[in-house]
Amino acid sequence: MEKATKKYWPLFVLPTLGAFIIGFVIPFAEGIWLSFCKFTTVNNAQWVGFGNYSKIWLDNTFTQAFAFTAVFTVVTTILINVLAFAVALLLTRGIRGTNMFRTVFFMPNLIGGIVLGYIWQTLLNSLLMLLEKPLLTLDARYGFWGLVVLMCWQQIGYMMIIYVAGLQNVPLELLEASHIDGATPAQTLFKIKIPMVMPSITICTFLTLTNSFKLFDQNLSLTGGEPAHASEMLALNIYNSFYARAGAQWKGIGQAKAMVFFLLVVIIALIQLRLTRAKEVQQ
Amino acid sequence: MNTFRKKRSGWGWTVLLSLLSLGWVYPIIMIVLNSLKQERAITTASTFELPTAATFNGLVNYLKAIESQGFLKSFGYSLLITVSSVVLILLCCSMCAWFITRVKGPFSRIIYLLCVFSMVVPFQMVMFTLSQTADALRLNTPFNICIIYLGFGAGLAVFMFAGFVKAIPLEIEEAAMIDGCNPIQTFFRIVLPILRPTLISVGILETMWIWNDYLLPYLVLDIKKYMTIPMLIQYFRGSYGRVEMGPMMASIVLTVVPIIIVYLVCQKYIIKGVLAGAVKG
Repeated sequence: MEKATKKYWPLFVLPTLGAFIIGFVIPFAEGIWLSFCKFTTVNNAQWVGFGNYSKIWLDNTFTQAFAFTAVFTVVTTILINVLAFAVALLLTRGIRGTNMFRTVFFMPNLIGGIVLGYIWQTLLNSLLMLLEKPLLTLDARYGFWGLVVLMCWQQIGYMMIIYVAGLQNVPLELLEASHIDGATPAQTLFKIKIPMVMPSITICTFLTLTNSFKLFDQNLSLTGGEPAHASEMLALNIYNSFYARAGAQWKGIGQAKAMVFFLLVVIIALIQLRLTRAKEVQQ
Repeated sequence: MNTFRKKRSGWGWTVLLSLLSLGWVYPIIMIVLNSLKQERAITTASTFELPTAATFNGLVNYLKAIESQGFLKSFGYSLLITVSSVVLILLCCSMCAWFITRVKGPFSRIIYLLCVFSMVVPFQMVMFTLSQTADALRLNTPFNICIIYLGFGAGLAVFMFAGFVKAIPLEIEEAAMIDGCNPIQTFFRIVLPILRPTLISVGILETMWIWNDYLLPYLVLDIKKYMTIPMLIQYFRGSYGRVEMGPMMASIVLTVVPIIIVYLVCQKYIIKGVLAGAVKG
């Protein structure tokens, strides 16, 4: 059967493979190469070795963006997962209206980042004005917490759905046994439910970590990196190096930054998966 | 002994969660209310005020958004790009995934590993080179940008399809082949119908991504000729000078409402799709 099918590879594989080479393989390979070049288009690249990489640190916007992104990622990952898990616990207790609440909490996830950013910019700026505080784009601290609120609003519903599914898969016998043995609700939570939903926790922390770390649209539309790059995250910083800086050297530096960014994402993903996989309970 | 889950809690939690739900949808309600106000009443200081008889503007903002700001055109382009890309991704990637799962060998292995790898790569890594490649190949109109989406979206789709193809018993396909089906017939008559739930899940994930995607179409398409909805909204808010807030709010409502309606209608599938997509972690 394999042999008969093999002949048909041009039909089955070629369209996807061709598009994949155009849409991913070539741009990726070129991206690696260009990070070692000075260029303004793909055709006028000049090899400069590690020159771009050493120039990343010329101005402090990249390190600043890295710090902002790192703190943001840690804060949102913890907040989103704790809150989503708490809501999931509530929604698996048979409270009246559970389906409706689930529908409502998940909804923001479907709205795109650009639109979300503007909805929250309008809301938060008005709120800050009422409280007589500086607007989002004038003070990076408010920009930071604005982004955190926005991210929670968008992601909690998504993660909650995954946690609800995880909690519903906890075997009833385990809960009954712990009940009969006289476990308190807190003990049931920490000794049974949390260990049993470790796979969901792995998935959700992975998703929230990478989503926060790679955030772009929301950052662009909520604060645009204002004031003076102080609320700029890594993805936006790279974008600005490419398209908002004058000077022939900046595209190369931007590509080198993108390379560093890519390696950071890989490292984070690998570490995170290893850490939480180790804590999973075999069923 | 179903008491652990079926036990009804008191109304207290319901009331509390209802209030929380109201707060949760408030940002959207607020935009809807503002979209009904006159231009002068939509300021940062008066966002929370309800429209009154003096400031109520009817549907004027909506008409303006549709007439003068090219909302319908953008909606059309967004729809075209999303539908063509999703159809292409579903068809090509399911075929590719079936082939590389059924025909073992280094060729299949390499494609699979590349697909998994591509899911980790952030868009910023390829954004410049991808937009240049798209320009060079003239894949920069809403009519053929779906090829770029197929290429960049193939990773997730092939990965998910491959996972589900592995679960289909080989005997069914062997029986079909013995009965005289060629691989094309086997795939379209036997495999594809079995993959239906997966097609829906992948379709929903890809739709959510492409409909809301901003940066890829922004970099690839000629903004003077073609704008998708996210591009349109960013364009109006990002442009310098006076932004007309009323039509802006109306555009946001017109963007969000179809999404919410689709969500309410296909909620079951969307949540299944999210769960299926999450397994990839």
